[in-house]
Amino acid sequence: MNDIKHVSSTPHIRDGITTKRIMLFVIIALLPAAAFGIWNFGYRAVLLIAVCVLTCVAAEFLYETGLKKEITIGDLSAVVTGLLLAMNLPVTLPLWMAVLGSLFAIIIAKMLFGGIGQNFMNPALAGRCFLMICFAAQMTNFVYDGVSTATPLMQIRQGNTVSLTDMIIGRIPGTIGETSAIAIVIGAVFLIITGVIDLRIPGTYLISFLLFMILFAGHGLDPEYLIAELCGGGLLLGAFFMATDYATSPITGSGKYIYGLCLGILTGLFRVFSSSAEGVSFAIIICNLLVPLIELITMPKCFGKGGE
Amino acid sequence: MQFSFKGGVHPFDGKAMSKDKPLQEVLPEGEMVFPLSQHIGKPAIPIVKKGDRVLMGQKIAEADGFVSSPIYASVSGTVTGIEKRLVLTGDMVQSIILENDGMYEEAPRLPIKPIAEMSRGEVINVIREAGIVGMGGAGFPTHVKLSPKNPDKIYYVIANCAECEPYLTSDYRRMIEEPEKLVNGLKIMLALYDHAEGILAVEDNKPDCIRKLKELTIDEARISVKELKTKYPQGSERQLIYATTRRAINSSMLPADAGCIVNNVDTICAIYNAVIEGRPLIRRIITVTGDAVRFPQNYIVPCGMSYAALLEEAGGFKKEAAKIISGGPMMGFSLYDLNVPTTKTSSALLCLTQDAVAEAKPTACINCGRCVEVCPSRLLPNRLMDVSLRNDEERFLSLEGLECVECGSCSYVCPAKRQLAQSIKTMRKLALSHKKKS
Repeated sequence: MNDIKHVSSTPHIRDGITTKRIMLFVIIALLPAAAFGIWNFGYRAVLLIAVCVLTCVAAEFLYETGLKKEITIGDLSAVVTGLLLAMNLPVTLPLWMAVLGSLFAIIIAKMLFGGIGQNFMNPALAGRCFLMICFAAQMTNFVYDGVSTATPLMQIRQGNTVSLTDMIIGRIPGTIGETSAIAIVIGAVFLIITGVIDLRIPGTYLISFLLFMILFAGHGLDPEYLIAELCGGGLLLGAFFMATDYATSPITGSGKYIYGLCLGILTGLFRVFSSSAEGVSFAIIICNLLVPLIELITMPKCFGKGGE
Repeated sequence: MQFSFKGGVHPFDGKAMSKDKPLQEVLPEGEMVFPLSQHIGKPAIPIVKKGDRVLMGQKIAEADGFVSSPIYASVSGTVTGIEKRLVLTGDMVQSIILENDGMYEEAPRLPIKPIAEMSRGEVINVIREAGIVGMGGAGFPTHVKLSPKNPDKIYYVIANCAECEPYLTSDYRRMIEEPEKLVNGLKIMLALYDHAEGILAVEDNKPDCIRKLKELTIDEARISVKELKTKYPQGSERQLIYATTRRAINSSMLPADAGCIVNNVDTICAIYNAVIEGRPLIRRIITVTGDAVRFPQNYIVPCGMSYAALLEEAGGFKKEAAKIISGGPMMGFSLYDLNVPTTKTSSALLCLTQDAVAEAKPTACINCGRCVEVCPSRLLPNRLMDVSLRNDEERFLSLEGLECVECGSCSYVCPAKRQLAQSIKTMRKLALSHKKKS
């Protein structure tokens, strides 16, 4: 026994979970919604998804190569960003705009702030909001079955009725990945079972949003209205896939509830009182900015000094 | 009802390899090494010299002051030298070297009296004389632990039978084979504190031990068996006290401040051996296990035997070992050389074919919060690591870095494989040394 072994500081074992596996789980969880989007909107959805994913991965690779940094595209986080961004785009969007949005997401929102884990804003949503501001018309051009139509949320606002069954299944106009409540929930359940996310943020978000709508939307407890608001727009996609983004949500336990509450209230405010019928993206982005403050006021008490 | 704490992790427990292997005595040959510092406190002072013949159970080094512990020869033989030797922490420590003559000639035992005739001071003195220290790993002299400022304010004497470290089965075997010793040892301690109740705290992955201990204590009004949820670090002193009594202590408190005294299984059995049988602490149970070991086994080992000899006893390696650990995989010491002596605090020799630490390349923190969820001290390990790397002691203290119990759950669970526990421990050591100076 003369060969010398490696020593290390404790602990000497590691759990099997890795960053890459977490990202892979998120990608798998997004597949039902993506597949439904492709079925719902046709081949162009595939094209948009491919363009966004490839641009995001290439942007990260070229940025890191150019600056002689370690290449991190293997962690799959750029794939997640690209996929999420595509989910948030209308199927009619010109491809070059999708490229621009992807570049903004990766270069501006993610890499300039230090790469994975360092961004203070969800990159995919930053990309989406960038496009919304630059190309409002194209970003809200929802064509369904060959005709330009209003989204269900817009129709409700105008006093029309919508089919709840269609909304739950997803046979409605909207962005590629947001229309099918069922597909999104299937993905969310997968993420919860695999321990990637938990219900603290999305649960508080959805409950506080519903309470806000009951109190202020003027429809009271009308179940049809509430279900339509819940399934409509990017709420479910945002609550389960974007509000739960690790880097841009609070790390403290109680902070997660406060964060969810802020999201619910802000989304409600936007949906009821703003000129647009949608507000999830902006609500999440604004709450991203509140995260440091939320963490500051929710620092846990340590064990033995008031905490247990 | 199940007792537990918040946080913690569930690593692969690996206990199946050795849990059904009965305790087996080993009789080493050749050189035995007795480091003078096997405990927290001042090193012991040798009372033998080169050339002396010593007997098994003979005192070879005397405690230096109150917070120290004497050392006894575990075999009979000749002192061949007193010199610096490598110990498992990687330090060179002054040690007494014995050449084992293989005769196991026993020295007269410690003078004892029937327990009923002994005063509290006398019992504690026997424990001190017997060289008993915390055998769970820390090596804190047991007589110091048993001498709180106010013995009337001790309400709980807790036997730490959690054995939450993966792979270890030494306490399990002890509870299966000699549960009477454990219960009687606990009764000796209870006799020291009039207001205390005894708790045998066992993780629920050992239902056979729980059953046995419950049967044995059914008529004991002052002793109860509590089932703990199986989770690491359930056997960490602070977490164990909280799980069993709901009392939470911090780093500036002693268990006695919460009215508790905690000892682990082997320590309590050593107390029994000393007080009832007059035997000093010279042997302990060591689990030799891991997927690289040919015949995993639980041994009764004379302290001072080398790990290399112990491994040979277990048939050596069956596959090449990538990582060798003294103790459990979560808090044990990794060894680069097996030629170091076993001591009073050695609980296991673990040989793994996989070096999980070397294989895991640290990457950027993704802020997932898993470390925060599992931290039993309810800290923010990722933040503490950041300030540790920046050497920001002030911020480290304000984030309560000193409250870390160094259990390693954060590093274990980190998907980015960051060296959280390592950085925090390093900073903690620095901060503690500054605190001591000022």
